[in-house]
Amino acid sequence: MNRIDKKFQEDKKLLSIYFSAGHPNLEDTVPILKKLQAAGVDMVEIGLPFSDPLADGPTIQESSTKALRNGMTTEKLFSQLENIREHIDIPLVLMGYFNPMMQYGIEKFCQRCEAIGIDGLIIPDLPVDVYHEEYKTLFDAHGLYNMFLITPQTPEERIRYIDEVSNGFIYMVSSASVTGAKNTFGQTQTDYFDRIAKMGLSTPTVVGFGISNAETYTAATTHSKGAIIGSAFIQFLENEGVDKINQFISSIR
Amino acid sequence: MNYNVDEKGYYGDFGGAFIPEMLYPNVAELRENYLKITAEPSFKKEFDELLKAYVGRPTPLYFAKRLSERYNTKIYLKREDLCHTGAHKVNNTIGQILLAKSLGKNRIIAETGAGQHGVATATVCALMGIECIVYMGELDIQRQAPNVARMKMLGAEVRAAQSGSKTLKDATNEAIRDWINNPVDTHYIIGSVVGPHPYPDMVARFQSVISEETKWQLLEQEGRDYPDHVIACVGGGSNAAGLYYHYLNDKRVNIIAVEAAGKGIDTGESAATSALGKEGIIHGSKTLLMQTPDGQITEPYSISAGLDYPGVGPMHAHLFRSQRAEFISIPDQEAMDWGLTLSQMEGIIPAIETAHAFAALDVRKFGPDEIIVFNCSGRGDKDLATYIDYFKL
Repeated sequence: MNRIDKKFQEDKKLLSIYFSAGHPNLEDTVPILKKLQAAGVDMVEIGLPFSDPLADGPTIQESSTKALRNGMTTEKLFSQLENIREHIDIPLVLMGYFNPMMQYGIEKFCQRCEAIGIDGLIIPDLPVDVYHEEYKTLFDAHGLYNMFLITPQTPEERIRYIDEVSNGFIYMVSSASVTGAKNTFGQTQTDYFDRIAKMGLSTPTVVGFGISNAETYTAATTHSKGAIIGSAFIQFLENEGVDKINQFISSIR
Repeated sequence: MNYNVDEKGYYGDFGGAFIPEMLYPNVAELRENYLKITAEPSFKKEFDELLKAYVGRPTPLYFAKRLSERYNTKIYLKREDLCHTGAHKVNNTIGQILLAKSLGKNRIIAETGAGQHGVATATVCALMGIECIVYMGELDIQRQAPNVARMKMLGAEVRAAQSGSKTLKDATNEAIRDWINNPVDTHYIIGSVVGPHPYPDMVARFQSVISEETKWQLLEQEGRDYPDHVIACVGGGSNAAGLYYHYLNDKRVNIIAVEAAGKGIDTGESAATSALGKEGIIHGSKTLLMQTPDGQITEPYSISAGLDYPGVGPMHAHLFRSQRAEFISIPDQEAMDWGLTLSQMEGIIPAIETAHAFAALDVRKFGPDEIIVFNCSGRGDKDLATYIDYFKL
């Protein structure tokens, strides 16, 4: 069974953390993963940095740029993760834009992910229709899940289609925005979380974008299985460093 | 082979809409409506009237006598430089602002490189009384000061793109992020035949007025409605798409695309995408783009801000791969020299982007009976500072 499915069967709300691989320092990837698992995080999205991250706000743009400047590449990340399953047993998801994967070779990319023990991918600029037609068979063959985003503007019919094509979880973008930390959620977001919860989707949902603290985490997980924190964690790493990761996680839940 | 877009938004292998889900509703709304709206008689009427009374169309197809004599061939210039605001860009912004109005949008965003598209967008927003925000690379703001001032005079807000290389590609990223953050009330006027489907096709259609006029103008002057060669500079490729459009599937017409070699193709400071690019995804489109082996988009270079883009529209990527078009690249120096040559032989000071196209005359031989149409896509006013500096005028 895919580690993601297994994790989602647990009777609890899930906390997932995103960080840009290669930031703050090139070799921080494995230490960050170990600290996150030790702090009780349920799942991690490892960001493969890209020069032009369209869907990301300033924090992730900047961490991606720094990671690239530090020398992070697709090959480098794979070699850092080579033996990761000796230490880490929580689900690991790679999140990155499609162009670097294309250049690496999609098939080779999937092979490496499978060999390492990556459980799934999130590729914001690979639309569900293109994935369904061109890549799903390949991903399936390598046991890789591919997760899709939905937003408050996504039409119901499309949400149903995504639900059908998805495995693992559906990534609910909290508001119409690029990534970035926010302090509170308004009525619009709460209504949207509510609306999706009532759709009775077969794939569990996780809320991301704008989650930064205990308050937003709690609000997000009231109607969904879990929440993803990215920008706020990256800011914390930038200010406090890898050693204090436990402090950040315990401030959330 | 068909060189127009197919029903799925592809030109051969290229095109499509590789966009984050956050953009899906915006792009879907456009895709579902652009053909329907632009085919409405009321839309066509308003578009045509504005092109005529406001832009100054039709632009002349001018026989360049002295240039023709020197190169012993027949050279025509399609005078897009005479359009209101100084370049072909306004053809597209007029079309898109009418479309935006029709879709009920009340806020316009745009990206700009040289500032021509920004000015053309600010202009139509002033014309329609709609709020306008233009994203421009910080570096381009410095090297295109007069156009920044124009946009401000026209009431637009110019926002500096400070990420990445601080040029056109970053301005485009910022505009896309703005659109993600404002999905309901905002229309994004892309200035070139780039971006996710339907933009490349939509922009090409609005620019196609260039070849539509060329056809009847040539018929009047030469007794046939097609030339032997059409030549245009290509950054993203909108002026080229406009000139090629009605000749794409007419094999009697040879298509020549001129890219900016910058300091030379092998110097690492170039914008010659066909020579240096590989298939990939930029700004939501599968196309040829300049990138590292790891798939990071690289910083292009050209002395002309309008050609300084690391990709090329998917139509052009297809024209290149299918060998329907000849691609050549011209270094800064030759383009600058052509800026001077055209000024002194025909009394036309071209934009530096435009000057690149004319350098094809030195690269390639043309017969005495052959008819060539150049897209004289923009005038050089905005480049005076660069010309002054370069030639110590």
